[in-house]
Amino acid sequence: MTQTTHDHVASLVGSFDPADFVVPTGREEQWRFTPLRRTGGLVDGTAVSGAGISLTVEAPEGVTTQHVDSSDAQAVLLGAPTDRAAALAINRAESTTVVTIAADAQLDEPVWIKCVGSDATTAAFAHVVIDVKPFAQATIVIDRTGSTHISDVVDVKVGDGAHVTIVSLQDWAADTVHLGHQRHLVGRDASVKSVIITLGGSLVRLVPTVAYDAPGGSAEMFGLFFAGNGQHLEHRLFVDHAVPNCTSRVTYKGALQGTEAQPSHSVWIGDVLIRAAAVGTDTYEINRNLVLTDFARADSVPNLEIETGEVAGAGHASATGRFDDEQLFYLQTRGIPAEEARRLVVRGFFHEILQQIGIEQLQARLVARVEAELEGHGV
Amino acid sequence: MSILEVRDLHVSVDADGESRQILRGVDLTVKAGETHAIMGPNGSGKSTLAYSIAGHPKYTVESGSITLDGADVLAMSVDERARAGMFLAMQYPVEIPGVSVSNFLRTAATAIRGEAPKLRTWVKEVRETMEQLAMDPSFAERNVNEGFSGGEKKRHEILQMELLKPKIALLDEIDSGLDVDALRYVSEGVNRLAATGETGLLLITHYTRILKYIQPDFVHVFVDGVIAASGGKDLADELEASGYEKYQKSGSSA
Ligand SMILES: Nc1ncnc2c1ncn2[C@@H]1O[C@H](COP(=O)(O)OP(=O)(O)O)[C@@H](O)[C@H]1O
Ligand SMILES: [Mg+2]
Repeated sequence: MTQTTHDHVASLVGSFDPADFVVPTGREEQWRFTPLRRTGGLVDGTAVSGAGISLTVEAPEGVTTQHVDSSDAQAVLLGAPTDRAAALAINRAESTTVVTIAADAQLDEPVWIKCVGSDATTAAFAHVVIDVKPFAQATIVIDRTGSTHISDVVDVKVGDGAHVTIVSLQDWAADTVHLGHQRHLVGRDASVKSVIITLGGSLVRLVPTVAYDAPGGSAEMFGLFFAGNGQHLEHRLFVDHAVPNCTSRVTYKGALQGTEAQPSHSVWIGDVLIRAAAVGTDTYEINRNLVLTDFARADSVPNLEIETGEVAGAGHASATGRFDDEQLFYLQTRGIPAEEARRLVVRGFFHEILQQIGIEQLQARLVARVEAELEGHGV
Repeated sequence: MSILEVRDLHVSVDADGESRQILRGVDLTVKAGETHAIMGPNGSGKSTLAYSIAGHPKYTVESGSITLDGADVLAMSVDERARAGMFLAMQYPVEIPGVSVSNFLRTAATAIRGEAPKLRTWVKEVRETMEQLAMDPSFAERNVNEGFSGGEKKRHEILQMELLKPKIALLDEIDSGLDVDALRYVSEGVNRLAATGETGLLLITHYTRILKYIQPDFVHVFVDGVIAASGGKDLADELEASGYEKYQKSGSSA
């Protein structure tokens, strides 16, 4: 491993040793949007570890949970990270939590991984590996709440023919800082649906990545974020098509509101790379942002690189717009008060994402959270 | 008995930072049980009149008054006007992605009636009204106006009107872009409401076509932001025969 500050995410070389990565200055492409001074030593590694996080796994039959050393074969299932924060997270995590879903298991209940923060004055590091064995079907919810400064890595290996839905909730308290990586490795004819919902936290920077192990894999990446009250919410996706006949769909929707005293900022980066070998790739990515007030900035950068002439489909779209006053007027002419009309429109805007979760009770909780956020009572 | 009174209404619109006068003194009285047709050429200000009564923020009332049963409509917000009994069927209904028709209708009915309608009777009421408008039940699960055909949009407007039972309904070109079948269903809906005698209807149209299905009690010719002439059904017949030209000339020389 050589030290690299190379800008292209695809050319980054991996290492488990944080010392192999230079400390980012904020000028790098990967970090240029992130307010590094607010990351509290999670990136440079100066953060002092505390006991600010509790991680529990509630799972139905067919699922086993183990805690292993970070050098264990099960812990390194997805290979070396290509990012200093991720390397630090794995390196400094007390142990790696390995959740294994047995081959052919058809889980009728979701696996709940609860991550509860209780201390934002010290740092927490966590590494979770979810190993979905071939032909299993499972839904996994990672439910993050509370106050903490955390850097974590969640690795998801989707075995051949397996179908996985993984819901990741950032329902943090207002003071939380969260740097996260969620890596997916998709097997032959396997599918993964990722739904990432980011509502809470002061600074949340997530890097969901997808790679394919073999042909026939499919990845659907959904995301919802609502940035208000000085929040910086950043989602940087990277889908690496290196094998033939795989598909990817990326759909992220964000809403933003801010005040002069507390402007909010969202960043969405969608890097999709179709390498020369990945013939027959079918990909589409879209990010739509709804700006509700002044003092809110949405950066949205789709980036599609195609190295083969034989793709089945490739496209991207990005649109950031103001709240539509004509929608508001229409609803008001039906007697619906302005406040309620705004709620209805925003709820409608997010419906496409929330319905992907498929867990009624959780969807209701998130609708309520979005509405609280709208009313400014959110974190 | 409800009464809408528009008096000497002057309205301007902000276009590219410049204020443009559109309505130049409109006088109009619509009572419950009456059907008025406002007819006029494109650009004469018909939609502006409808939007101004409904309270669209783009239109500025420079002078004049609008009252509903004596209450000052201009002092009300858009939703207050609707709750006071006004309804606007729009020329171009707006899409609301992710909001289903059934959710939208129930939210609107709850707002207008002041309490949530009882679920059992509500479902029946919606189903029956939809049937009368020849709307498939699956329509209720679609998102508001998203991907609707022209006819579906207008039927959806009439569905809302019938469910919300306004005191005064403004229908802005409810007939435009409709095939004969849709025009018939839409007209039947309007006639059902008119027959209750409890709603005053203001039918804004460019063509006389819809007047074959809906009998107006009063016809007003609208030109250059004013009512240039008023009369009965025979005025519509005259417009059908000789067009707006006569009124436009007098309008421009005035
Ligand atoms: N929102 C608006 N912005 C700018 N100009 C407008 C707007 N609404 C109406 N107008 C102008 O006012 C005039 C009357 O328009 P409108 O009321 O739509 O007429 P009609 O409905 O009779 O066709 C037109 O010249 C139109 O261009
Ligand atoms: Mg018009």
